[in-house]
Amino acid sequence: MSTPPTKPAVNRYFGASVTRNEDPALLTGQALFVDDLVLAEMWHAALLRSPHAHARIDSIDVTAAKARDGVLAIYTAADLGDFWRPAPLVVPPPPIPGMVFNQRTQVPLAKDKVCYAGEPVALVVAESRYVAEDALGDIVVDYTSLPVAAELATAASDEAPEVHEGLAGNVAAHVHQSKGDYGAATAGAATVIRRRFTYEHGMAHPMETRGVAAQFDRKTQRLTVWATTQAPASLRGGLATLLGLGERDVRVVAPFVGGGFGAKLLMYYPEELLVPWAARQLGRAVKWIEDRGEHFLATTQERGQIHDAEMALDEDGRILGIRDVFLHDTGAYNPYGLTVPINSQCSILGPYDVPAYDSTFTAVFTNKPIVAPYRGAGRQHGVFVIERLMDIAARELGIDRAEIRRRNLIAADAFPVKHEIMFQDFTELTYDSGDYQPILERALELIGYDKFIAEEQPALRAAGRKVGVGIVCYIEGTGIGPYEGARVQIQTNGRIAVATGIGTQGQGHFTSFAQIAADWLGVSAREVDVTTGDTDQFYWGAGTFASRGAVVAGNAVNQAAAAVHDKAVTLAAEHFGCAVTEIVLEDGVARRSGAPDEPIGLGDLARLANPMRGAVKPGTEPGLEATRYFGPESGTTASGAHAMIVEVDPETMMIEIRKYVVVHDCGTAINPLLVEGQIHGGVAQGIGNAFYEQLVFDNDGQLLNGTLADYLIPTSLDVPRMTLDHTVTPSTRNELGIKGVGEAGAIPVGPLFAQALEDALELPSRGVDIVEIPLSPNRLWELNSSEPSSTSDGD
Amino acid sequence: MMVKLLTVSTRVNGTDYKRVVEPRLLLSDFLRHELGLTGTHVGCEHGVCGACTVLVDGLPMRACLMFAPQVEGCEVMTVEGLAPRNSAPRNSAPRNSAPKNSTTDGDLHPLQAAFRDAHGLQCGFCTPGILMTLTAFLEANPTPDEAEIREALSGNLCRCTGYQHIVDAVLAVTRPRDGGTRS
Repeated sequence: MSTPPTKPAVNRYFGASVTRNEDPALLTGQALFVDDLVLAEMWHAALLRSPHAHARIDSIDVTAAKARDGVLAIYTAADLGDFWRPAPLVVPPPPIPGMVFNQRTQVPLAKDKVCYAGEPVALVVAESRYVAEDALGDIVVDYTSLPVAAELATAASDEAPEVHEGLAGNVAAHVHQSKGDYGAATAGAATVIRRRFTYEHGMAHPMETRGVAAQFDRKTQRLTVWATTQAPASLRGGLATLLGLGERDVRVVAPFVGGGFGAKLLMYYPEELLVPWAARQLGRAVKWIEDRGEHFLATTQERGQIHDAEMALDEDGRILGIRDVFLHDTGAYNPYGLTVPINSQCSILGPYDVPAYDSTFTAVFTNKPIVAPYRGAGRQHGVFVIERLMDIAARELGIDRAEIRRRNLIAADAFPVKHEIMFQDFTELTYDSGDYQPILERALELIGYDKFIAEEQPALRAAGRKVGVGIVCYIEGTGIGPYEGARVQIQTNGRIAVATGIGTQGQGHFTSFAQIAADWLGVSAREVDVTTGDTDQFYWGAGTFASRGAVVAGNAVNQAAAAVHDKAVTLAAEHFGCAVTEIVLEDGVARRSGAPDEPIGLGDLARLANPMRGAVKPGTEPGLEATRYFGPESGTTASGAHAMIVEVDPETMMIEIRKYVVVHDCGTAINPLLVEGQIHGGVAQGIGNAFYEQLVFDNDGQLLNGTLADYLIPTSLDVPRMTLDHTVTPSTRNELGIKGVGEAGAIPVGPLFAQALEDALELPSRGVDIVEIPLSPNRLWELNSSEPSSTSDGD
Repeated sequence: MMVKLLTVSTRVNGTDYKRVVEPRLLLSDFLRHELGLTGTHVGCEHGVCGACTVLVDGLPMRACLMFAPQVEGCEVMTVEGLAPRNSAPRNSAPRNSAPKNSTTDGDLHPLQAAFRDAHGLQCGFCTPGILMTLTAFLEANPTPDEAEIREALSGNLCRCTGYQHIVDAVLAVTRPRDGGTRS
C-alpha cells in the first residue's frame, strides 16, 4: 500500500451515542443463548455435587442410577482415564522475587476427596434434564467427613485442617512487594493511623447461569462447543489439548451470553471439560445448563480479605507511607494464581502520591468455592483500605475529608507514574495518564458538598434526621495485554463484517466495534455486522476480562478497518484511473471527489478485489479484508470519584440514597450512552456489595443463603438515579485514546457507603469506625448501638 | 415407573397448541423446549428473578413457578408475541452469533423501541421478563411516575443496567411528547 491510511475528517459514529445493533434481536426474543440450542440427538447432563465441604470419598454406587429409564451414561472420576487431571493454571503468578506460590487447581470430578461443598462428583447424561436430575438422587456416595477449614483467619493458622495435604497453614501464596523505604520515609510522621479492615466481595450472579453444549461430528471429526464463556479462544485451545484434538478441529462459540462480570471466565470449569468429553465419548450432542442453586457453589466468587494497615502522614495530612499485611481467601483451588490479591495490593496506592509502600499478603486455601475475579477483581478490597485510612486520618488531623484527598492526589504533570511494584499483567504498575483534581472538584460540586455540610446537614440533623455525605476517589488499571485481534472485510453485498476473538456478555461490542469500522469505511454503523466469540470466525484471542475488551480489541478493529480503507481507496483509484487522494468513501460507495464519474458501491469494489479469472499482480491479496492485532505495552489507567448523600431511618436502619454522583475519566468514549450503562450497572453491583450481598458460610463450610431470596441482589428500589459526568484524559497506550470502563462503577462504592453512613449516624463522635464491608441494616444497628471500637488503636 | 401424561391445550401468542406432557413439566420449559419459544428466559427457577415472566390471561406470571398443565385453556403471551411480526416460533437451528439487522424499527413494539432508544438493556437476558411485567403494568397504569415504575419493576432483577435506563425507557414511552429524562 503506497499511502498511509487517512481517516475521514469527521467521525460520524465514533464518539456518538449510537443505539445498539444487537437490541432488536434481544428485545424480540430472537437472540440465541446457549440454552436455546436444539441439536440433533441432544442429551442432557446433570452433576452430582458434594454436600460436604471436606470429606473423603469412600465409595460411589451408580447401579440404581444407571438402571433408570432414560439414563444414557454416568461417569465418575474413575471413568475418565487419562482425561482426569488437575486443570492447568489459568494465570501463572508474575515473577515477583521471594514469592511463594503453591498451585492446586480443580479437577473435572473429585476422586479421593472433596474440598468444597458443591464440588462435582459424578456426571449423568440422560434424555432430559428432568430425568438426569432424577438419576442424581439414585447415586449413593459414602463420604467420611473431614475437619473443615472454613473461616479465613483460622484457616491460616498452623493448627488448621489442611485443605490440601502437606500445606501447613493452607498457604496458597505469600507475596511481599514494596516501593521506597517505608521505615525511612515515615520516621518523622506526625501521625500513624492503624486499623484492621475486613472486606468481603460477593458473587457476580449474571442473570443467565452458566451452560455448555457440545457436539462431536464423527464424519468430520470436529468438536463444536457452545458455551457461556468469556474467553472462547482460550477455551478452544485448552479443550483441544486436553482432548487430544488439533486446535483447528475444535470450534468454541460463545453466542449471546447473559452477563458475565468475571463469573464466566474460569478455564477450565469442570463442566466445560466434561460436557465436550462426554459428547465425544457418546457420539451425541450433550447440553448442561446450570441452575441457580448450583451457581451459588459451582461458579467462582470473590470473598474476604483481612487487612492490618497503617498510614503515616505529616502534620499537613500528606501521606508519607502505607504499610499493609493481609490475608486473602482463595477457596479450595487457585487456578487464577495471584490475580485477585495482586489487584488488591496494587489498588491500595489509589490516585494518591504515596512515596513509600510496604505490602505483604498471604493467600489461604479454605474449604469453600473457588475465588476468581468478579467485576473489580480485588480492587474493591484495596480501595476500601486506602479510602478508609484517608477518612480516619482526616478526622485525626482535623482536616476535611475532601481536602485531605485534594492534598494527596497525584499532580497532572506527574504522568506517567511508575510504582516500582508488579501489576497483574506482569509489568510495573504504571499510571499512563490522568488528571485527578478536576474529577474530585466536579464531584464535590455536583453533590453540593460544601453547602450540604455547612447548611443542609445541620438543619436536617436539628430536625432529627440521620443524613450523611461521602466522597471517594479511585483509579482502575484497565486494558491490559497480552493482545487481541480483529478482521474487517467488505463483503460483496456491501455490508461490513467484523470479527474478533473476545466474547461479549452485554457490553455492546456489536455496536461499539461497528462504530469504529463504520467511520473508516464510510458506511452506517447499522451496516457493520460484528461477530464476537466464534473461534471459526476469528481464531486468536485471550478473552473479555479486566475492562480490556473495548480497549484491546477495539484498537485492533481500528487498525484493521484502516487497512481495509487503504485497500478500498487504492482499488477505487485504479478503477477510476485517478490518485488515491481523490477517493472518498461515503454512504456505502467509493466516489472520485469533484469528478462526474459514477460512484462504485463497496460491494462491487469487493467483487473487483476477488477476480475469478485472468491474472493478478504478484503479491496481490484477494478481497477487501485485513486482520490486525493490538497488544498494549501495558494497561491504561481510568479514574473517577463517587459522591453520595444518604439518609438512614433510625428505627429500621434502612437507607435511602438521596443523591448519587459519579464523575469518571475513561479516556475517549466510543459511545457515551454505553459508557453510562456500564457505570450504572457497576454502581448497582457496588451497592449490592456494600449493603445487601453477603455469602454466609457456617463453620462447616456450608453456604447458608444460597438462593436469590436470601442472597439479596439490589432491585430497582435499591439503586438510585445517578448523576454522571465525565472528564477526558486520553490514554497514551493506544491510538484511540480509550480506557476501560467495565469495572469502574463497582469499585469505590464500599468505602463510600462506610464514610457516608458513618457520617449519617455520627459514629466517629462516639469513637466507632466502620472498618468492614458488607454492611446491612442489622450490622448498622449493631454499630450504632456499640461502645467505642476496640480497633481504634491509632496513635 | 409410568407417569400419567396430561394433555395441554393452550393458545400462545395467538396460535393454538396441543401437547401431551408430564404433569411436572414447568411452564417455562414447556414454552422453551416444547414450543420453541426460547425468548422466555430462565434465570433462577425459584421465582425470584422474574426473567421468565409471561402473561397468562393478561396477568404477569412466573413461568418457572407454574406447571404446563396449569395453562390448560388459557391464553399465554410471551415476548415473541409483543411485536406481531415476530410471533412465529423461531427456527431452532443454531445460528451464527452475529446479530443481523433482520428486525427493523417497524417490527418493534413501542416499549421495545423505547428500551433500545434509552439503552434499557445490556446482556438482554432479563429483558423479556421485564417487558412482559411492564406490559401488564402499563395496561393498568398508562401514565406512571418514576416511583410507580420502580415499584412495578422491583420484582424483576437486572444485573447489568442498574435499572436507570429501564426507568427512562418507560418514562419515554409513557410521555412521548416531553420524553424521558436521562442524566
